[in-house]
Amino acid sequence: MHIILNGDRREFPDALSASQLLQDLGLTGKRLALEVNREIVPRSTFDNHIIQPGDRIEIVHAIGGG
Amino acid sequence: MSTALHPSAAVSDDPLIIAGVEYRSRLLVGTGKYRDMEETRAATAASGAEIVTVAIRRTNIGQHANEPNLLDVISPQHYTLLPNTAGCYTAEDAIRTCRLARELLDGHELVKLEVLGDEKTLFPDIIQTLQATEVLVKDGFKIMVYTNDDPIIARRFEELGCVAVMPLAAPIGSGLGIRNPYNIMTIVENATVPILVDAGVGTASDAALAMELGCDGVLMNTAIAGARDPVLMASAMKKGIEAGREAYRAGRIPRKRFASASSPIDGTFF
Repeated sequence: MHIILNGDRREFPDALSASQLLQDLGLTGKRLALEVNREIVPRSTFDNHIIQPGDRIEIVHAIGGG
Repeated sequence: MSTALHPSAAVSDDPLIIAGVEYRSRLLVGTGKYRDMEETRAATAASGAEIVTVAIRRTNIGQHANEPNLLDVISPQHYTLLPNTAGCYTAEDAIRTCRLARELLDGHELVKLEVLGDEKTLFPDIIQTLQATEVLVKDGFKIMVYTNDDPIIARRFEELGCVAVMPLAAPIGSGLGIRNPYNIMTIVENATVPILVDAGVGTASDAALAMELGCDGVLMNTAIAGARDPVLMASAMKKGIEAGREAYRAGRIPRKRFASASSPIDGTFF
């Protein structure tokens, strides 16, 4: 299935949870926030939230800014 | 550091209170435009700031996996983080950004709302900012709002429930200083929430002037990060803010056109 991840099209072989997605990306345990189709996915629900084909996903973190 | 006595009782007896929380420092700083994380850390520490702004951006996927994280040097345990909505040109984008920031920072509700109008001036789009404010206040956010130096609009943001109103001194990053001191004074006089100058400060005397006008604090980034020696400028800004605040509280003398001798005339022997 394909998803749009931070603006880029990505392919994943199988259905996966938000937790598995972050693990695949090497982001497990990082301080970040996840939005799927413009809705926040709370950290507490990562294990149960299943990513759907075509989902538009944003993964963000804090950087320097004024 | 925790055992050091505060250098000035006058400062610590005069806290800045935002949304019910007391802060000793009236200088708020951004974390953008620094050379590296170490410079960010050192300048932020030298500023004495307790409230520090951060931006929310896409995580780099698959690259720079081990690059240093801002929150490793600006720890949420030591600083009150103030996520901003910099770069947002619509209410919708600003609202999304605030919600992501709240999730990122474990339910943290204090945000700096800015919705920009154009890239050349980075002036606020007041219509979009008002729309975002209404939604975010209902959603439980505590909003420190970046706005222009219009006293009527400042009052409107206060009425809508912003916890602080932050008029610009001059365009963001311009270093032009306080271009409209009379409007800033009027905004301060009207307000019952803290008024902080946000943007446009160039050097320590600008920060002092903002405080002498009665502002409750100043938020700045470029003036420190862009200085030749950011750590030294951070220290200068800290002193400028403290000096300006004490001068405001002390009450300056009235301006007079002609001289008034400081040494008595009585007892002269010539």
